[in-house]
Amino acid sequence: MDFVIVLTAAGILGAIGLIFGLVLGVAGKKFAVEQDERVVKVRECLGGANCGACGFAGCDAFAEAVVKGTAPVNGCTPGGNSAAKAIGEIMGVAAESKEPVVARVRCSGNCDNMIRRYDYEGFSSCRAASSYAGGPKACHFACVGVGDCVRACKFDAISLKDGVAHIDPNKCAGCGMCEAACPRDIIHLLPRSQTILVACRNKAVGRVARLQCKTACIACGKCAKTCPSGAIAIVEGVAQIDETKCTRCGACVPACPMHCIHNLFDDNIA
Amino acid sequence: MNAVAKLLLFMVSCVLTNNFIFSRFLGCCPFLGVSNKVETATGMGLAVTFVMALASLFTYVIYTWILVPLGLAYLSTIAFILVIASLVQVVEMFLKKSAPSLYAALGIYLPLITTNCAVLGVCLLNIGGSVTVAGQVIEYNLLYSVLNGVFGALGFLLAIVLMAGVRERLETADIPESFKGFPSSLIIAGLMSIAFLGFKGLV
Repeated sequence: MDFVIVLTAAGILGAIGLIFGLVLGVAGKKFAVEQDERVVKVRECLGGANCGACGFAGCDAFAEAVVKGTAPVNGCTPGGNSAAKAIGEIMGVAAESKEPVVARVRCSGNCDNMIRRYDYEGFSSCRAASSYAGGPKACHFACVGVGDCVRACKFDAISLKDGVAHIDPNKCAGCGMCEAACPRDIIHLLPRSQTILVACRNKAVGRVARLQCKTACIACGKCAKTCPSGAIAIVEGVAQIDETKCTRCGACVPACPMHCIHNLFDDNIA
Repeated sequence: MNAVAKLLLFMVSCVLTNNFIFSRFLGCCPFLGVSNKVETATGMGLAVTFVMALASLFTYVIYTWILVPLGLAYLSTIAFILVIASLVQVVEMFLKKSAPSLYAALGIYLPLITTNCAVLGVCLLNIGGSVTVAGQVIEYNLLYSVLNGVFGALGFLLAIVLMAGVRERLETADIPESFKGFPSSLIIAGLMSIAFLGFKGLV
């Protein structure tokens, strides 16, 4: 066997490859994009889920915006205070700590509590389902239960339980994509420490609300009267807790005749 | 026929009659993949033009003056792929530096020029091949190889921009559900290919 042929072939190809490699190396130096090394460092502090909670196109865009100064160092919600602190150190500014937020579902109209009017078997979208005669559930304010939020969540924190969205607070990063995806406006970002939750958004008058769902807020006002710190008010037919005044004492929870105020701390899911 | 007329006819035949996509059926991946918008299609076409022009120059030189004298002509495909891959890398670096928005718009299709068969196709067609234009056989020498690369790529540019123009209009057209997207694109590509057949009698 003639090894010379093999060796010349390998040698020539290797030489051609080497020459092109050198040219590429020079070109790489010449065309190097002068990226601010802070951008790379800031990008490393971010989760990389590209959730969009910061309002930028993705983690890369946010990192660039932070270095340019057009985004706040604590703008990454999923990263929370730890990311804000790390980015603050890179940028040389003190990061204001933010109260961490978590998404909560303000509806408890599950299969036991809520009257179902029909079974929806169409295109799997809450928006589409709620356009068919006001949705499959009797209450027009309730969770549609088709899972637009489940699909919007980049952190796999939301599941459907008994026809109502359920958010795992340990997985929730507080990005707010579910809040934006929900056509019924029942998912809200609330401070993580806010453990008392009015799990209803039914604005109908009490009599109607009671017919629709076993756990509807009927705006009786008992919670507001019980609250020692005056944090609860009836707004548009629904009890609303002012998070700044609420002391999380939980006095309103047993007072509610419809059991629609939940103490998440007791439920051990906070 | 004088030399200038011969050159001109050759250029026209590269763009229209021997169009890479419509008559040779090479480079169909980016042709269907990046033809959503005229702007990105133009960028893709220009990037391919650059790569094809330089690739046909380098590969012809390497083939004629390195591989053939050493009796290594059978290595042409591997050597050509080496050249093309390096050129695409250079284009990528250049675009990243000078046109970041185009770089972002082309995305994965930019490194995929490496595997664009129109580029390898033009290099392989150039070596030892010939083409008949207006009854005259033209052997590919260095000049004609480079011209084949440049004008073949311009034919690719023409095809992809035309396709993007049609597809932009189809966005709002009322097409039956089963024909939306790729099926209609393939039908359009076929119709355009038949239309380009009409240029056969031109040169």
